Amino acid sequence: MQGQKSTRRQVLSAIGVLGGSALLYNMMTTMGYAAETQFAGPPKLSGAKKGASVVVLGAGLAGMLAAYELTKAGYKVQILEYQDRSGGRNWSLYGGDTYTELGGATQNVKFAAGNYLNPGPWRIPHHHRALLHYCKAFGVNLEPFIQFNHNAFVHNTEAFGGAPQRFRSLAADFEGHVAELLGKALDQKGLDAEMTAEDRDRLKEALRDWGMLDKDFKYAKNLRSSEHRGFDRPPGGGVNGAPSPSEIFGLSDVLDSGVWRQMSFFMNSEFQTTMFQPTGGMGMIGKAFAAQIPGLTTYNAKVTKLIQDKKGVTVTWSDTGTGKVNETKADWCVCTIPLTILSQIESNLSDKMQAAVAAVPYTNSVKIGLEMKRRFWEDDYAIYGGHSFTNQEIGLISYPNNNLFKDGPAVLLGAFSSGMGGYHLGGMSPEERIEVALTQGSVFHPDSYRKEFLSGASVAWSRVPWIQGCCARWTEETRQAHYQDLVAMDGRVVLAGEHASYVGCWMEGALLSSLDAITRLHKRALEA
Amino acid sequence: MTRLVKSGLVLAAALVLAAPALADEPGPGGSKPPVPKTGAEVYTMVCQSCHMAGGAGAKGAGMIPALANNPKLKVAAYPIVMVAKGRGGMPWFNDTLSADQMAAVITYIRTNFGNAYAEPVTAADVAKLSPKPAAGGHKAFRDLRASARKISVRTMVTTLA
Repeated sequence: MQGQKSTRRQVLSAIGVLGGSALLYNMMTTMGYAAETQFAGPPKLSGAKKGASVVVLGAGLAGMLAAYELTKAGYKVQILEYQDRSGGRNWSLYGGDTYTELGGATQNVKFAAGNYLNPGPWRIPHHHRALLHYCKAFGVNLEPFIQFNHNAFVHNTEAFGGAPQRFRSLAADFEGHVAELLGKALDQKGLDAEMTAEDRDRLKEALRDWGMLDKDFKYAKNLRSSEHRGFDRPPGGGVNGAPSPSEIFGLSDVLDSGVWRQMSFFMNSEFQTTMFQPTGGMGMIGKAFAAQIPGLTTYNAKVTKLIQDKKGVTVTWSDTGTGKVNETKADWCVCTIPLTILSQIESNLSDKMQAAVAAVPYTNSVKIGLEMKRRFWEDDYAIYGGHSFTNQEIGLISYPNNNLFKDGPAVLLGAFSSGMGGYHLGGMSPEERIEVALTQGSVFHPDSYRKEFLSGASVAWSRVPWIQGCCARWTEETRQAHYQDLVAMDGRVVLAGEHASYVGCWMEGALLSSLDAITRLHKRALEA
Repeated sequence: MTRLVKSGLVLAAALVLAAPALADEPGPGGSKPPVPKTGAEVYTMVCQSCHMAGGAGAKGAGMIPALANNPKLKVAAYPIVMVAKGRGGMPWFNDTLSADQMAAVITYIRTNFGNAYAEPVTAADVAKLSPKPAAGGHKAFRDLRASARKISVRTMVTTLA
């Protein structure tokens, strides 16, 4: 090994040993070995047996896509939906909307016309080809989602006395210091065994370039480093046009900020630019899907029993308005009910599938929308979209990506909280959540945050009545033990949804799962 | 918090960060939530998100069990295994809460919300039924439940008290 270049395999297996296979997967993704999402175009199913029928449980994206494609294939399809609307987690809250969470707290959303909170999905990666395909096919107008903003803030209670700093300054200083240190290691011949002399020289020049180092290979206060981190006095015109450089932060302070977490977050393939959002709110996608399948959905239908035999599937459901109990029969069933709920529904699904359904816990997250009188983040801070991160429970605040430069009220995302912070906020009343969001978010914009606040709305996914959680959270062990049982066709029933995919929690996962499920269902139905 | 628990949490956090990206990851924010210590704090800051204030539970498309006036809490092994290993949509907490925190909150719910099972649950009791983070997830839960059933109630209460 000494003096040899490490092969890619050796590097990967070393990482595998050190960090476990989750890290290995991440590295493989980074290195281009792990695939992006799998979408080979719409399934083009056709030739369903005359009169063959399918009942779809749930009118989220997975259920609606199944209904759309199976109808095209010739099946008689009907959907049963617990809510009084289609879309599932694809959902936007607008002014005038009312939302009642588990526990009974009701919020009347007071946002101005056109403003919204996306409680669930809010951004679409450019490589989620299935979702983008159907958005285009169904006429959903997409606009850029500003994912990466160098000028937004990073706040850490443990760094800079709690003062937030611009991402670009912290990231520039992290890279500059690392480049300088790595250059020193090269000079001290500490890495000679790792590479050829030629590569060493090339790497050194690369470090100077990348880290904005000076002629002496130092990362220092000068106009060059300021090109990345921002100037003290930016370049201008006329008499005082000359710029002046900014002070750089010390390495120790930069490490305190934890900025590498933001840097690596933005490098993750799911979070790389370009990202998209539908114009008018994420819920526009659900509405566009619903428009493709008019008349197929029965709303306010709470499924209480799912029984199949050799001849077909019988779904028992009650009308949540009248309490009337009904039965729906079909030859086949696509069930997209979240596992949190499905695990509580009486069924004669196989033991294996029931074990799989009961094996997957759901995450929690909390989103809070805050409507502000004006866009002070744009006017006063030159922040146009993107996220300011904090290590406080709210996690981040995220600025609206639409209607830039407009006067009038705008809604920013005042919290996207998960894990322990999400549980804490989720356990609060809606009013308490808003108060926490205002207190914690004020660190970024202390002069304006409370002053400009108009109203807020929050969704804690643990208390969403139709799902009791946010997303299925698999582990390597539960995947190994249960995933194939969960996605396998069980007699006449097949499950679909983000929980039945490896693109967990993304709309793309719901669609890919649905396409795979109905393709197998169709094959089975033709063979039957 | 003990040093061991702290380093465990750091490790857990590192692994979470290393996992593939999920849409409901807020990203790198929110890494320093306040740490609950007493049973009441753990309940308010963790359990209440689903089980509601006062352990009332809730009903929608499915249900979230009420903890108030719940006779299942009589045998401490039941809530210990439930909190440590999770069940259905409920996640396991033995990789996010320490044995001390789990013991405190279980003692809290067993002596509040109309429940009066006075004997406190200790971290050692929790550790016995939840020796390490649930690598096997709910499967481990089922195994544990099965083995818990084999122990007589009397033995279990003695062991746990």
